[in-house]
Amino acid sequence: MAVVKKRGMQTVEFRNPPVIASWSSTVGIKEAAGPWGQEFDWVMPDYLLGEKTWEQAESKMMQQTVLNALGKQGLIASDAELLLAGDLLNQIISSNFAARELSIPFLGLYGACSTMAQSMLLGSMLIDGDYFKRVVAAAGSHHYSAERQYRVPVEQGVQPALCSQWTASAAGAVVLQDAGDGPRVTSATVGRVIDLNQKDAANMGAAMAPAFVDTLCIHLADMGRSPDDYDLILSGDLGSVGMELAGEMLVKRGWPEVGFVDCGVMLYQGQTDVNAGGSGCGCSAAILCGPLLKRVAAGEYGRVLLISTGALMSPTSSWQGESIPAVAHAVAIEKP
Amino acid sequence: METTGQEMLKAAEQAEYDHLVQKVMPKPPYVKHALAAFAVGGAICVIGQLFFNWMQSMGMTIQNANAMTAVIMIFLGALFTGLGLYDKLGTFAGAGSIVPITGFANVIVASAIEFKKEGYIFGVGAKIFSIAGPTLLFGFTAAVVVGLIKFLLIL
Repeated sequence: MAVVKKRGMQTVEFRNPPVIASWSSTVGIKEAAGPWGQEFDWVMPDYLLGEKTWEQAESKMMQQTVLNALGKQGLIASDAELLLAGDLLNQIISSNFAARELSIPFLGLYGACSTMAQSMLLGSMLIDGDYFKRVVAAAGSHHYSAERQYRVPVEQGVQPALCSQWTASAAGAVVLQDAGDGPRVTSATVGRVIDLNQKDAANMGAAMAPAFVDTLCIHLADMGRSPDDYDLILSGDLGSVGMELAGEMLVKRGWPEVGFVDCGVMLYQGQTDVNAGGSGCGCSAAILCGPLLKRVAAGEYGRVLLISTGALMSPTSSWQGESIPAVAHAVAIEKP
Repeated sequence: METTGQEMLKAAEQAEYDHLVQKVMPKPPYVKHALAAFAVGGAICVIGQLFFNWMQSMGMTIQNANAMTAVIMIFLGALFTGLGLYDKLGTFAGAGSIVPITGFANVIVASAIEFKKEGYIFGVGAKIFSIAGPTLLFGFTAAVVVGLIKFLLIL
């Protein structure tokens, strides 16, 4: 008889938790200047990487990050059975073009800044479902390609709002396997799309905070756990404004003491020009594949919960006056 | 149309959240921003005035000196955008560097630099006025309307 792995409303608990056998992170110079600068595998020397466009550079960054993650186990691209990846650009071209070069069977994903948790969640399901033995999950973003698509030309002189966030030039990739040594993905929660009618595209933290709270509360209820069951809870990129909002909402939901940290706030801690903090697919991807997994692998943290959050608007929907829907996906990771 | 209880509940939830967002939103340092805008915007205008006075003292008519000042300031705005400095000034000065004519040059040249990667036709050609376009359209429209009013008054 088939084993039911679904828990509660939206959560799956893996029977044979997939192993994060290796991982790799890439960041730009600005990200490397933050407090976690020493923890990333590859600091890009510039934002073009010898290419002609930001988009090409972003694709190259994604491609190299996947190769670096596989390389840590002495593997090459053809050793991976499946690549799950996404980014912020229209038609996810960075991931598509990286997949073209890597030639790994590929499923492109779009979850905005939630892509890292989304790709890990799906990869883990495909491995625990016995379909694949080695899946690479990756996500990345590039500050300048995102700026020109979502905001204004790079050289234009504007004063960003204090609640705005800085799209990270960063990428992360994890190699998920059915066997091996490393941290394990033990459960995951698929988020609902939540929209509390926020329309300010410069304030994505406000749009995403309700989705984070929703997924966190549902995850805890589905698993019958309390926040204390986790050594660390990380939100993707709520920024300082979204973090404060999420904290207030959690109090109303009856979890007044939930402590969580935010990848967007962590990445640029001490840098004032990013305003509310970092964002972009690469933000939670780099924190996960930089400082976090290292500490879980070392046993410093027993069980952590990463909830990547994504604002699901486009420039078109914003110009047409639509509000910003948001989604958050959670993955629970435990020490080996 | 009748509002259902569910819709009312949703509206109440949104209103409550809006209230929370307003409470949490960081307040911009208005005084600092206003002073920065005044200082930088004022300095740009003083530079323009110095060029104007100099050209007039060289014997140029007021009309010609006006036009030449605009040309020089647009050139400077474009130059500093190309050098990658105007965006840094904009982050500091806000409206102080956007409102003067140099800011207008900045948005056009920034668009040209950014979209050159898509080529001269669909990139530079199609997108050079993507930010400045509304100013041009409504500026021209306003000029025509004002011109017509003046024409009718003279009649």
